[in-house]
Amino acid sequence: MQKFTKLSGIAAPMPLVNIDTDMIIPKQFLKTIKRSGLGVNLFDEMRYDDDRNEIPDFVLNQPQYRDAQILVAGENFGCGSSREHAPWAIADFGITCVIAPSYADIFYNNCFKNGILPITLPQEQVDVLMKDAEKGSNARIEVDLEAQTITSSDGDVFHFEVDSFKKHCLMNGLDDIGLTLEKADAIAGFETRASAARPWV
Amino acid sequence: MSPKTLYDKIWDAHVAHEAEDGTCLLYIDRHLVHEVTSPQAFEGLRLAGRKVHAPDKTIAVPDHNVPTTLDRANGGMNEESRIQVAALDTNAKDFGIHYYPVSDVRQGIVHIVGPEQGWTLPGMTVVCGDSHTATHGAFGALAHGIGTSEVEHVLATQTLIQKKSKNMKVEITGKLRPGVTAKDITLSVIGATGTAGGNGHVIEYCGEAIRDLSMEGRMTVCNMAIEGGARAGIIAPDDKTFEYCKGRPHAPKGAQWEAAVAYWKTLFTDEGAHFDKIVTLRGEDIAPVVTWGTSPEDVLPITATVPSADSFTGGKVGAAQRSLDYMALTPGTKLTDITIDTVFIGSCTNGRIEDLRAAAAILKGKKKKDGLRAMVVPGSGLVRAQAEEEGLAQIFIDAGFEWRLAGCSMCLAMNPDQLAPGERCAATSNRNFEGRQGRGGRTHLMSPAMAAAAAITGKLTDVREMM
Repeated sequence: MQKFTKLSGIAAPMPLVNIDTDMIIPKQFLKTIKRSGLGVNLFDEMRYDDDRNEIPDFVLNQPQYRDAQILVAGENFGCGSSREHAPWAIADFGITCVIAPSYADIFYNNCFKNGILPITLPQEQVDVLMKDAEKGSNARIEVDLEAQTITSSDGDVFHFEVDSFKKHCLMNGLDDIGLTLEKADAIAGFETRASAARPWV
Repeated sequence: MSPKTLYDKIWDAHVAHEAEDGTCLLYIDRHLVHEVTSPQAFEGLRLAGRKVHAPDKTIAVPDHNVPTTLDRANGGMNEESRIQVAALDTNAKDFGIHYYPVSDVRQGIVHIVGPEQGWTLPGMTVVCGDSHTATHGAFGALAHGIGTSEVEHVLATQTLIQKKSKNMKVEITGKLRPGVTAKDITLSVIGATGTAGGNGHVIEYCGEAIRDLSMEGRMTVCNMAIEGGARAGIIAPDDKTFEYCKGRPHAPKGAQWEAAVAYWKTLFTDEGAHFDKIVTLRGEDIAPVVTWGTSPEDVLPITATVPSADSFTGGKVGAAQRSLDYMALTPGTKLTDITIDTVFIGSCTNGRIEDLRAAAAILKGKKKKDGLRAMVVPGSGLVRAQAEEEGLAQIFIDAGFEWRLAGCSMCLAMNPDQLAPGERCAATSNRNFEGRQGRGGRTHLMSPAMAAAAAITGKLTDVREMM
């Protein structure tokens, strides 16, 4: 997995609440058997018209946001389905950090498996960063995972919380399965106890 | 010992390892797999030279892509869908997991097949790469959706890396009024708490109105816990649960059955256990409801009118205006004046036999409105067979409905069953997101009886007027 340590990048503003996974990556793109190549279809139905032309008003089609690496959004971002295609599409587009007041649980977890840092901040701080993002390419937002800080283009510094284990894995690009298999004895021990206690399982 | 919630008990019984920071390895008893969220996980196993840790606890069935038309045995899937289903066929065989292929009468929506075959039992941990895994919580199982990386993790280790969620209690007191169903309960709860109301929590549904529900009704309620933001919904098992499980192909038998029931009877929330959040609704206050917007929280009684955006606050003002524009609705319009083009009865929310019975009871001897498209998609091949045996299929056919084969169908439109742009649908499924049932399609969520009533009149309709 791609490591995440620091990022200085342009942030795209999406001041919508309840941005769902069907918006992020519509179902017709879930038929792939690969993880890559979904960036072109990120926010597909908001981004292209029926003839596959770009809709100029959509934020990621505007020249100043085409290389955005950060997304600033409204509350409950990523609600809906469990499709990991949503973070795959976000990462494939080049966005590795999302900032919002809250997230749906499954999406939030999925981000960490794909080198994306989802940052939760109070609404009023998100509002400040949303305004910052609206300045376009003149405003670079800096994210420092180790220090757990975001710095706006005006120099405002916001602290954010992140689970220590998730932070460790993200900073080091660690593979969860490898880490878990180191605890194979604990799993085997559990299986022995559980099959004695609940043999019908 | 301090009193525990039902969730606490199941969690504690499945922690295989706990790190100092509270990160746990949670052991998984049943892993359900479908074709859309699994190919990359199996590919990951192959690349790393790993096996499926517990193939006996892993059950796969294709459902999302599968066409539901009667000719599906002769193809009808587009090339991408065909490849995805073929990949599941191959992966199931190569890794030696339980499998119900498209040709098997037991094939159907993964969340209907699991309980039907007795894979889902009280006290278990159940996961699937699908958010509606919450359905299985109806059995007093801890069940939730996971992403594809986690699918791979469970395949390889039979565990998940988890931190414990908070406890939330949703109590529905008293009795439901006539015409009010499990779907109305679950939508009303989301209407009251919002789609983020359950974030970070496991919801335990309880109270007289929940106890009074059948197992199938309870599955409908838990199914939509995810639309309320909770990863899991759970209901304490009781005699109805045991009765439902008994005799199913993969339920325990004989002495093991007795031991299992004795254990299952310990699965309830202790008196005095702590809940971080409590929501109470009176069963008598719940009406038949529909959604008007593009979020499952946009719920109103069928007797209401379309709201205006400025009746909301905060970020919801803009979201409501966007919903009104997308749904092409004018504030102040009576919901019962909204005409529809299509009726869809099915999905993991409402594709079980009781759902079909409820719809058929309204449709018996009647016809759908002329020009309306209407389809019934049973949740599994066995539900379909039973509906045919009970004469329900004939009622639907006589009413002018298409009688389909099992699958996810128009709930998410990954298959040929889709809405056209601007087409308006009365649906028994679970999501009314923009484009969910097809680009530009407009979805109103409701119960099977309400959808049947809408089919007859061609408008959103109060089913109580037909009872």
